Amino acid sequence: MMSEPLLFIENLHKSFGKLEVLKGVDLTMNASDVVSIIGSSGSGKTTMLRCVNLLEEFHEGRILIDGEEIGYTLKNGKRQRLPKAQIARHRALTGMVFQTFNLFPHLTALKNVTLGLIKVRKMKKDEAAEVARHWLSRVGLLDRQDHYPGQLSGGQQQRVAIARAIAMNPKLMLFDEVTSALDPELVNEVLNVIKDLASDGMTMLIVTHEMRFAFDVSTKVIFMNEGRIGEQGPPAELFNNPKSKRLAEFIQNSTF
Amino acid sequence: MDVAQFLHEFWIARGAIWDGFQMTVAISALSIFFGTLLGLFVGLALVYAWLPVRFVVRIYVDFIRGTPVFVLVLASFYILSVIGIQLTAFQAGILAITAFCSTHVGEMVRGALAAIPRGQSEAAMAIGLTFRQTFQSVLMPQALRQILPTWVNAATEMVKASTLLSVIGVAELLLATQQVISRNFLSLEFYFLAGFIYFLIDFSIERLGRFVEKKLAYC
Ligand SMILES: Nc1ncnc2c1ncn2[C@@H]1O[C@H](COP(=O)(O)OP(=O)(O)O)[C@@H](O)[C@H]1O
Ligand SMILES: [Mg+2]
Repeated sequence: MMSEPLLFIENLHKSFGKLEVLKGVDLTMNASDVVSIIGSSGSGKTTMLRCVNLLEEFHEGRILIDGEEIGYTLKNGKRQRLPKAQIARHRALTGMVFQTFNLFPHLTALKNVTLGLIKVRKMKKDEAAEVARHWLSRVGLLDRQDHYPGQLSGGQQQRVAIARAIAMNPKLMLFDEVTSALDPELVNEVLNVIKDLASDGMTMLIVTHEMRFAFDVSTKVIFMNEGRIGEQGPPAELFNNPKSKRLAEFIQNSTF
Repeated sequence: MDVAQFLHEFWIARGAIWDGFQMTVAISALSIFFGTLLGLFVGLALVYAWLPVRFVVRIYVDFIRGTPVFVLVLASFYILSVIGIQLTAFQAGILAITAFCSTHVGEMVRGALAAIPRGQSEAAMAIGLTFRQTFQSVLMPQALRQILPTWVNAATEMVKASTLLSVIGVAELLLATQQVISRNFLSLEFYFLAGFIYFLIDFSIERLGRFVEKKLAYC
């Protein structure tokens, strides 16, 4: 018997006012899949991740995580956004890592990670600290647990942000251009952490401009083009034999 | 200036001055306390409240801020009694300065909350925090740290504003000093003394603020 897909997106539409940004996106991911999304700026990659994390409302389509529809429900045949508490619970199903880190500046690295564990997962302080230390050590920052974000380099901050997200034990990790704001010499330490998670079997949806990384880490690559999935396939196929002219051009203009 | 004479008169007036000092501290502390508390709600309302509520609070803030504190003090003492609310001079004065303080704190809180990048609440919500939790653990702690220096400044302004209660007969430090001077005519000396005491109060508030700021500093 086939198990439920871990992520199932069907006919996702999203507009900002008159501007339609997502024009019907479908995507299925199974557990342990690593899907990279590439595509030019403005094609809707960030918006798509934000819909999956329910940071954006969307007007049409369904998103299911592990078989459960998130964000919306049908009530008397009418599509309705769920109450806030439900939304918060659904958000915790996914872990989101942002381009700009967004660590909490008034909390130490450790407290950045324990906050959600204590408030959302209702762990005791000690237990939360233990989990947090485990993940900080996984991203190589155990010795920085008492540092504030302002005392960490960009790469270190982003690794703490990854630890903060994954410590919540999400079913799916979302990465939105997490190395774009970093100095070139700090990019690899972050990518290596993500590769490490991939080899653990973590399911991940990754928006990236790092083509080499996408090639290495992904089970599938998606090319977003003007709010639609332009092309998708295994990395070798997509990068070596692009079918559309748009993708061929995009790959040509990207650095590896 | 005759030092011996001043000391002699000071000794006679020490009780009155001390009472005035205590009154000034009481007025300031109560106004700052209630003004800050109210101000937090004012600030929250300015940012998060339902639009009509926000509108009303905005009018309150602009109205109070657009009125001289002196007028606020007179109004709460004389006008409120006309509409049947009888307050003592002390209560009326506290009410006026509390209102004044609340609008300043309200604006500070509003500004500080607005200055926090969107990514902060998004990151908090992304790990599943509800809005309330996000506010408590992420937004408010940052906003409070941010407003601390301005708040200290406002607190010292409230101490200065407390002198205005002398016109409605509250025997705070300024009025107490004036009464002493009317008996001994050492106006220069005693005004100087009062000024020095006000300086000490404000200086203490600033020191305390610095201390707290250091305690809370990060990065
Ligand atoms: N909050 C918003 N309000 C209005 N337009 C937005 C908003 N967020 C994104 N957009 C627009 O949606 C389009 C897609 O944006 P985005 O998803 O960020 O693209 P990408 O991540 O692929 O660069 C862009 O044209 C962008 O200007
Ligand atoms: Mg983007």
